[in-house]
Amino acid sequence: MTATTSVKPTGSGTAPGPAGPVLRKRRPYGTALGLGTAVLYLSLIVLIPLAAVVWRSTDGGWDRFWAAVRTPDAWAALELTVGASLIVALINVVMGTVIAWVLVRDKFPGKGLVDTLIDLPFALPTIVAGLVLLALYGTSSPLHIDLAYTRLSVGVALLFVTLPFVVRTVQPVLKELDRDMEQAAYSLGASPFTTFRRIILPNLAPAMISGAGLAFTRAIAEYGSTNLLTGSIPFQTQVSAVNIFGRIESDDTTSAAAISTVLLVVAFVVLVLLDLFQRWSARRG
Amino acid sequence: MAKYPLRILALVYLLFLLVLPVGLVLWRTFEHGLRPVIDTLTSDNATHAFAVTLSVAVWAVLANTVFGIGAAILLVRHNFPGKRLLGALIDLPLAVSPVVVGLALILVYGKFAPLGGWLEDRGIQVIFSLPGMVLATIFVSLPLVVRAIVPVLEEMGDEQEQAAHTLGANRWQTFLRITVPGIRAALGYGVVLCLARALGEYGAVAVVSGRLVGQTQTATLYVEERYQNYQQTAAFSTAAVLALIAIVILLVTKLLRPKEND
Amino acid sequence: MDGPVKLRTRMLAVSTAFLVTGTVLGGCAGTANSSNDGGGGGGEVTLALVAYSTPQAAYEQLIAAFQKTDAGKKIKFTQSYGASGDQSRAVASGLKADIVAFSLEPDITRLVTAKLVDASWNSDQYKGMITDSVAVIGTRKGNPKNLKTWDDLAKPGVQVLTPNPFTSGGAKWNILAGYGAKSQKGTDKAAGAAYLDALFKNVPVQDNSGRASLQTFTSGKGDAFISYENEALFAQKNGQAVDYTVPDDTILIENPIAVTTNSAHPAEAKAFLDFLHTPAAQKIYADNGYRPVVKDAGGSFPHPSGLFTVGDLGGWSKVNKELFDPAQSVMASIEQKLGISTSAAPSPAASKK
Repeated sequence: MTATTSVKPTGSGTAPGPAGPVLRKRRPYGTALGLGTAVLYLSLIVLIPLAAVVWRSTDGGWDRFWAAVRTPDAWAALELTVGASLIVALINVVMGTVIAWVLVRDKFPGKGLVDTLIDLPFALPTIVAGLVLLALYGTSSPLHIDLAYTRLSVGVALLFVTLPFVVRTVQPVLKELDRDMEQAAYSLGASPFTTFRRIILPNLAPAMISGAGLAFTRAIAEYGSTNLLTGSIPFQTQVSAVNIFGRIESDDTTSAAAISTVLLVVAFVVLVLLDLFQRWSARRG
Repeated sequence: MAKYPLRILALVYLLFLLVLPVGLVLWRTFEHGLRPVIDTLTSDNATHAFAVTLSVAVWAVLANTVFGIGAAILLVRHNFPGKRLLGALIDLPLAVSPVVVGLALILVYGKFAPLGGWLEDRGIQVIFSLPGMVLATIFVSLPLVVRAIVPVLEEMGDEQEQAAHTLGANRWQTFLRITVPGIRAALGYGVVLCLARALGEYGAVAVVSGRLVGQTQTATLYVEERYQNYQQTAAFSTAAVLALIAIVILLVTKLLRPKEND
Repeated sequence: MDGPVKLRTRMLAVSTAFLVTGTVLGGCAGTANSSNDGGGGGGEVTLALVAYSTPQAAYEQLIAAFQKTDAGKKIKFTQSYGASGDQSRAVASGLKADIVAFSLEPDITRLVTAKLVDASWNSDQYKGMITDSVAVIGTRKGNPKNLKTWDDLAKPGVQVLTPNPFTSGGAKWNILAGYGAKSQKGTDKAAGAAYLDALFKNVPVQDNSGRASLQTFTSGKGDAFISYENEALFAQKNGQAVDYTVPDDTILIENPIAVTTNSAHPAEAKAFLDFLHTPAAQKIYADNGYRPVVKDAGGSFPHPSGLFTVGDLGGWSKVNKELFDPAQSVMASIEQKLGISTSAAPSPAASKK
């Protein structure tokens, strides 16, 4: 998405200005007004609704919450969702890095076009992504690869939508990488593989992990691309978002809220871990 | 170092995951010729669907652009307790499933919810109507403009803005003449990303829309409905248009992306 | 740095122009579409039709035909289509509707309970129904495996598709058809339950709706499917390679329609409903695969010798309790044996969202 490495928009504070204390003073009510408006906007649209979901999930107490989450089809959907997302994140770590490597270090005609197309899953509506994958991997596949209604198809759908994440976090790091150390390693006789393992990889690891975390949180939330190809069969190919949707449509908003809360907590935990990891690796330099 | 195998691996992966599927949809759209495609895309329901998509997306982008610029300035140029928290909260929508977004909005703005009921009594229906769709679309695309602007604002530094102050410019003048030109490209990039996300939203609007043909049925919902009614060509045609819009938007963002050393 | 700056400026100008045009267009589209509830200008009446998904093509034609009559000349329509139960729940949650048309009676009953439909909705000569259909056994084109009867579907090795009755209200028709046929119209409950048990051993996938089930079939899964006659006809009309058999013993599927109590234009809504009962309108339904409720209004449909109704089985409350109660019923135990949840949480009706 953004080509910079920063995942969170943390402000760095006011830059040192020309001499003169008079310029340092930000009008406090300006900040307060702006902050108030921003918080109001955020609350009305994001915070209060999300809080309502968590609140609703507690309707009926802890027992009801767990009963809803542990109903066989909800639990199966959660297992499938988290499991598939983990696998997809791992595949992305490998393939995303390979693709980023090729985009940065390699040269071939059409590279610019490939680079642009990587972002297509960001821009494409998920239902279109579903149709797109169904066309190639469904029953009327011209390649005779029929993945419809299989668990593998869940993986394919998730791989599609998470394609850009690791690529876009690793790419900038790879670009900025100082080649001197690699050259030094080569001149000392290290094999390309050793050089990669000991010099390049440690530098890329934070970006790879960051991208994988983002890919994971994106994958567990996925809804639109899974319906068509996977058939969303309960217990076999139904992901949590589809399960939640079914509950909303059945008027069972409390259990829908409970399962949603679980998804939110999982995403939150992953993002917090990511943030801690980034701060830790930034300190290690 | 292992140049060719890596290149082949990457390209083959992309071919089977990205290029072939998208290409196949564009190909199969014209399976029965040009006529059915034109008939679909010019039909009332299709044009209404695109109109709904566009109007919802435009409102969402406008709202998020205003919010985005304000929030970015707040985060970069101001100091206050909880700044980090605000930054994290702004990023929150990226981690929420679209279906959960729909549920969340129903729980607050639905007819039987406190806020929704209050609005309904005053004649404003949110869920099952355009406002609900706009809210859902704002939610999912909220962080995009902010995140595009913040790095550029940071990099820009505020020396010029400080200089403007010394010369007597008020806040608004400084903003218009110094800040905005500085973030122009990043702003454009963020706005276009936000637009792409808004045009393509499906899951959240599926929950809150009510599927009123011509009123709350977006192009994405129309694709789904056509497919379910065995109208594959119609579904593919609409999907192809959405895919082409996405590709065009990608090309525009490539041109607007804050330049890196390439 | 002139080149890139100029290019960026141009691109930004293009994007801004796009946005501004979009706003203007969007604003126009918004106002053009904002004429719900007849708020449009100058006494214009707009009726909101909320229906289940399968008759969409029929209603598009019916509305056009209605607008050609004197009664319907100045009336506009908004239409919403979706799964019957989902639409019913949406109306209960605030989706505005003047006319509601669903797949089965309990979806209207829900609205009667919510005081959105008057309790006398079914006191006319048609008992509130607008179209009929029957449950049929669908197969691949040419019926290669020769599956024609309910017994055929329960034979070992046969794969049958039918949706989950706990997520798809319409699926209940399919089950009632087989149950009624094998239980001597509900008198031999044990035989009926035993049949359902044997049948569901042959069901590899229970989709969320009848349409989804049919689409799973057409995409290659299964040997047969249970569906409504009008669904099978619709599939055939749209080029799907399916055939179907009307079993001798099968259920009459009755689709209800009603006017809402909070309609802003009850007179016009009633006029539309009256129109739908005219022979001309019923013929349009027949052309779309539905059996008309008005005699001799059109279409030639086979008459099964052992046709029965849900009334013969004791009515919806009875069958819902005995067969479809999520906590304890014939279908609940079958689903539990298969490991499929029936969402047996206490009904949220009291908590009302």
